[in-house]
Amino acid sequence: MKKTLLALGLGTAMSVAAAAAATAGTLADVKAKGHVQCGVSQGLPGFSNADAKGNWAGLDVDICRGMAAAIFGDATKVKYTPLSSKERFTALQSGEIDVLSRNTTWTATRDTALGLNFAGVNYYDGQGFMVRKSLGVTSALQLGGAAVCTNTGTTTELNVADYFRANNMKFEVVAFEKSDEVVGAYDKGRCDVYTTDASGLYAQRLKLTNAKDHIVLPEIISKEPLGPVVRQGDDQWFNLVRWTLNAMINAEEMGITSANVESMLTSKNPAVLRLVGKEGSFGENLGVGNDWAYNIIKQVGNYGESFERNVGPKTPLGIARGVNALWSKGGIMYAPPIR
Amino acid sequence: MGLDNSITKPYVRTEMVPQKAPPPGTVGPRKWLWDNVFASMLNFTTVGNAITSILMIVLTFGVIFLAWWVAAVLLKFGWQDAIFTGTDGSYCRPEDNKGKVPIGQNIGACWPFITHRFGQFMNGFYPEPERWRIYLTYIIGAPLIAGLLIPSIPRKGLNSILLFVAYPIIATILLSGGNMEIAGSTYIFWAVVFAAILITLFAVEKLTDSKGLFAAGGKVVIAVAIAMFAILFLLDFDFGLEFVETSRWGGLMLTLVIGLVGIVVSLPLGIILALGRRSQMPVVRLASTIFIEVWRGVPLITVLFMSSVMLPLFFAEGVSFDKLIRALIVVALFSSAYMAEVVRGGLQAIPKGQYEGAQALGLSFWQTTNLITMPQALKLVIPGIVNTFIGLFKDTTLVSIIGLYDFLGIQEAALQDTAWLAPTNQMTGFLFMAAVYFMFCFSMSRYSLYTERRLHTGHER
Repeated sequence: MKKTLLALGLGTAMSVAAAAAATAGTLADVKAKGHVQCGVSQGLPGFSNADAKGNWAGLDVDICRGMAAAIFGDATKVKYTPLSSKERFTALQSGEIDVLSRNTTWTATRDTALGLNFAGVNYYDGQGFMVRKSLGVTSALQLGGAAVCTNTGTTTELNVADYFRANNMKFEVVAFEKSDEVVGAYDKGRCDVYTTDASGLYAQRLKLTNAKDHIVLPEIISKEPLGPVVRQGDDQWFNLVRWTLNAMINAEEMGITSANVESMLTSKNPAVLRLVGKEGSFGENLGVGNDWAYNIIKQVGNYGESFERNVGPKTPLGIARGVNALWSKGGIMYAPPIR
Repeated sequence: MGLDNSITKPYVRTEMVPQKAPPPGTVGPRKWLWDNVFASMLNFTTVGNAITSILMIVLTFGVIFLAWWVAAVLLKFGWQDAIFTGTDGSYCRPEDNKGKVPIGQNIGACWPFITHRFGQFMNGFYPEPERWRIYLTYIIGAPLIAGLLIPSIPRKGLNSILLFVAYPIIATILLSGGNMEIAGSTYIFWAVVFAAILITLFAVEKLTDSKGLFAAGGKVVIAVAIAMFAILFLLDFDFGLEFVETSRWGGLMLTLVIGLVGIVVSLPLGIILALGRRSQMPVVRLASTIFIEVWRGVPLITVLFMSSVMLPLFFAEGVSFDKLIRALIVVALFSSAYMAEVVRGGLQAIPKGQYEGAQALGLSFWQTTNLITMPQALKLVIPGIVNTFIGLFKDTTLVSIIGLYDFLGIQEAALQDTAWLAPTNQMTGFLFMAAVYFMFCFSMSRYSLYTERRLHTGHER
């Protein structure tokens, strides 16, 4: 497809009309072209970022890799389209990408008016605060009169205003356009508090001169459920994305990891057998092979593994599971059963 | 009374007086320093002079201090406090020092961030085993560009054809991999187009009784058709190179591709637009004026956004138009509008007598333009042309907002790599980037000065 398109740019206008006629459904198109075209961020630590070799990794990237594993049995059959936050929805609407997995917050407007469908939540984020340890503050409610560093023109700024007003505290906003400027200002002591999405706080923290001198406060003042997005009107494709995520979460709940998935094929537990495709025809119902979940777990891992590998305590980001832990372990990660 | 002998006997000096050394303070560094630095500081004869002198003292020492301060900061950041070895960002973060950076120590530039990612900064996400194709493209291009820029190298005509016709095709095939699977319908489409042109020519010749039109025009059309099909065939041909989609192009290579395409397209297009805007034909003049004003009237960032966000919505679902091609077209058209005004400025400066003289000699419009006015006009506006080129080269950084990883964009992406999060990476990257951009822009500027000197024929001040 892309090849013809490059040719188009070189003055061969007619070839595309014929090539583009196929719209039998996204899954059929994806199978025909042999890869999943995945919209990711231009770089967000732990969620989607490219390493020195140009390989993409991250929590959001793992959704796309999981889908490729489910469809093709090969997690590497993904092509990434890095998108700015402004062009991400157009890219999805115009069909330039098949799925958008780019730390996108699930909101009512996007779900309805923009014609998008959120297939689930792969990270429950929320706005948090970072302060210097030397301040001796342990709760955001002690921040009355503080100077707050934040990004201009974002919901972050509005959330802060709401929060301080609701709790009857005074504050002063020090706002900048780019995240790196905000971090710089906070680092130089121009403000007492730095606020952005909690996942971002952990990443930006490493850009501070002495990261150990700062703590992230426990309060989360907004809901930012992030998840993969597809176009409305293609339920088969929507199902596939949703169940790719659900399979990863279910696998963690059942204790199936990329290391032990082989031995799980002979498990006594019927729920496990259904997930790995030994019983039932859940893959066929999705339009892929019955070993779809087996391939996801084998090649990408369960949700817990993906979390640990990309953002967990052992990575430089060091984000604790918190609310993203399984429902059975005190979090709210919950996937419907496969049966 | 006797004559005084001493008067009649003339005195003639037979050897030169040995030259004395010039008085101290009139030659050498002392003189230079006096003339250029101190002379203006020590004149306190009147109140006015005294004020000037004091101002000069303040300015001089201010500038010396500023230069020293900048150098000291750069040296401290880039050398004294800098980290030179490391395999990930933790080497540049004091908190988890690996025995290299004591906690609390100042961290300067994080050079391993640059060295570790140098290949990516140069080539983007272009697959490593295929990068030789980029280097080969540079190796083929360098002598062709040098051949055109250095006046003493002969065969400029052949060189131009190679550089502007053959080289873009070779570069496209090398960089993308060729084998574009051009549909059969494309060949048929162009065959029909050329056939239609030939039939029209034939019909016009028969209907209007203009003999020789078909023979002369037909030759040109057939030559163009052969070239067109040759190009299509070459792009379609499978050279066995792996296809590298443009979304994987990036880094300095992408900046050069966009910059060079913009430069090469904008100059001829700008000249045509400038002529069009000065044309006597109202339709041509209006079309050129509208084109120039529209493109100059909107910010580049807006047009790039339009091309990236709006354009896909006009196409049927599933059709996408290569992002890089969109950016290339936008950048080329945008800069040609600016170029047109620069060239028009040069044409305005040509005295009317030049046109009238050419007309009196019986020269046609194109002869006048090619031989009389355009060479003079272009020579006058060399600084303006190069100014536009340099601006264009730096404006290419804007493509990072439509998700293309140019030289600047690839660095911003690298900063977000979890493994390389560290406090000074961004500044280190900017320092490196500034050095590279300066190298390119300064070379362009120097070459333009050289060309101005070479072509100056009495206008110089």
